[in-house]
Amino acid sequence: MKPAKFEYHAPSTLDEVIALLVRYGGDAKLLAGGQSLVPLLNFRLARPAALVDLNRIRSLAYIREQDGQVRLGAMTRQRTIEFSPVVARRLPLLREATRWVGHLPIRSRGTIGGSIAHADPSAEYPAVLTALEGEIVARGPKGERTLAPAALFETYLTTTLAADEVLTEVRLPAMPEGAGWAFEEFARRHGDFAIVGVAAALWRDGARVTARLATAGAAATPRRLRACEEILERDGLGDTAIAAAARRASELVDPDSDLHASADYRRHLVGVLTERALRRARERARA
Amino acid sequence: MPDVHLSVNGAPREGRCEPRKLLVDFLREDLELTGTHVGCEHGICGACTVLVNGEAARACLMLAVQADGAEITTVEGLMRDGRLHPLQEAFREHHGLQCGFCTPGMLLTALDLLRVNPTPTEDEVREGISAVLCRCTGYHGIVKAVRAAAAALTPAR
Repeated sequence: MKPAKFEYHAPSTLDEVIALLVRYGGDAKLLAGGQSLVPLLNFRLARPAALVDLNRIRSLAYIREQDGQVRLGAMTRQRTIEFSPVVARRLPLLREATRWVGHLPIRSRGTIGGSIAHADPSAEYPAVLTALEGEIVARGPKGERTLAPAALFETYLTTTLAADEVLTEVRLPAMPEGAGWAFEEFARRHGDFAIVGVAAALWRDGARVTARLATAGAAATPRRLRACEEILERDGLGDTAIAAAARRASELVDPDSDLHASADYRRHLVGVLTERALRRARERARA
Repeated sequence: MPDVHLSVNGAPREGRCEPRKLLVDFLREDLELTGTHVGCEHGICGACTVLVNGEAARACLMLAVQADGAEITTVEGLMRDGRLHPLQEAFREHHGLQCGFCTPGMLLTALDLLRVNPTPTEDEVREGISAVLCRCTGYHGIVKAVRAAAAALTPAR
């Protein structure tokens, strides 16, 4: 099918974007990469009165290091992230997760801000944001605020951003030197939506272990697996501790059944993929 | 209705269309470039893949108005001086097409893949072309064609 009629705006500044969002009072949709929104428009599952296209705002596309963080403008393309030397060096987990986002032609257009604001529970970037304790910056008529993932993701395809707010920046703490990482995912075909994905990062500071784990596709929002991380931080990175953490992971998630997989199968996958991710992250970690 | 000015296969083109018109429909209906095919209209099948500023992208997931100022390459732009592009030659040589419906998307996707990775392994080719669905030829001939094209294109680099 084809999209229903809408008014189209392609402003060149964020101030104009926010003014338009205020004017339409919730009847406008922001258009980022369009890889999720345009299918919804084509099927007329979404029929907004207006589209506010962010693609002409050049100041929203950047990757820069600042204060120990890597800051990515919301309109940074997934393809740019995939080939960014800064991301490869400071956020190898984000780089690896990017390879799981659709296919290269999807990543040419898709953006990090769009993926996070869309809040698909099976998406990779929300899981990475959660695992690495990142934050997002949102701007609205009253100014800017930063939000941690737990305060942002509300439920399926729903964030706590107000109708007149724009996600402008994603901030991820640079991973420490020597950190190990892995993004494991299972999907029916390469490039499909994940049935389950697991993001893992590990690093050692002397005898002290820090572990980070989060899931995609295992609940209505990305789920941080803090209790698993605690097992590893207490018992180390041996096979027994990793197996215990993986078993615990299955218990911590709260998946739903759908056409693609039952809740039990998803729960099983969380355990299997957590174990794989931790083993691979451990191999990559340097003391 | 907004004007759209863009470059298609190296030539300046323009048109006027409703904002809701998809790029693929603009190319086919307004510019009469029907080589780009419309398949699923939601980004899954890849038949409509074109190059936007040199990068493969789904023409069913872009509005024509968003392509204002862009450089688009479609399958019609692959031939040079009446000769098939080496990638097209390889598809013909290795039976990389049968009905031809997915072929324009396959070609542009493979061209982008070879630009990013000029010497892909078989697994990398399979991963790359998994962005486009073929329902008749089967992927074997397509994989062979892309690898043959990689070999043919590499010495020229």
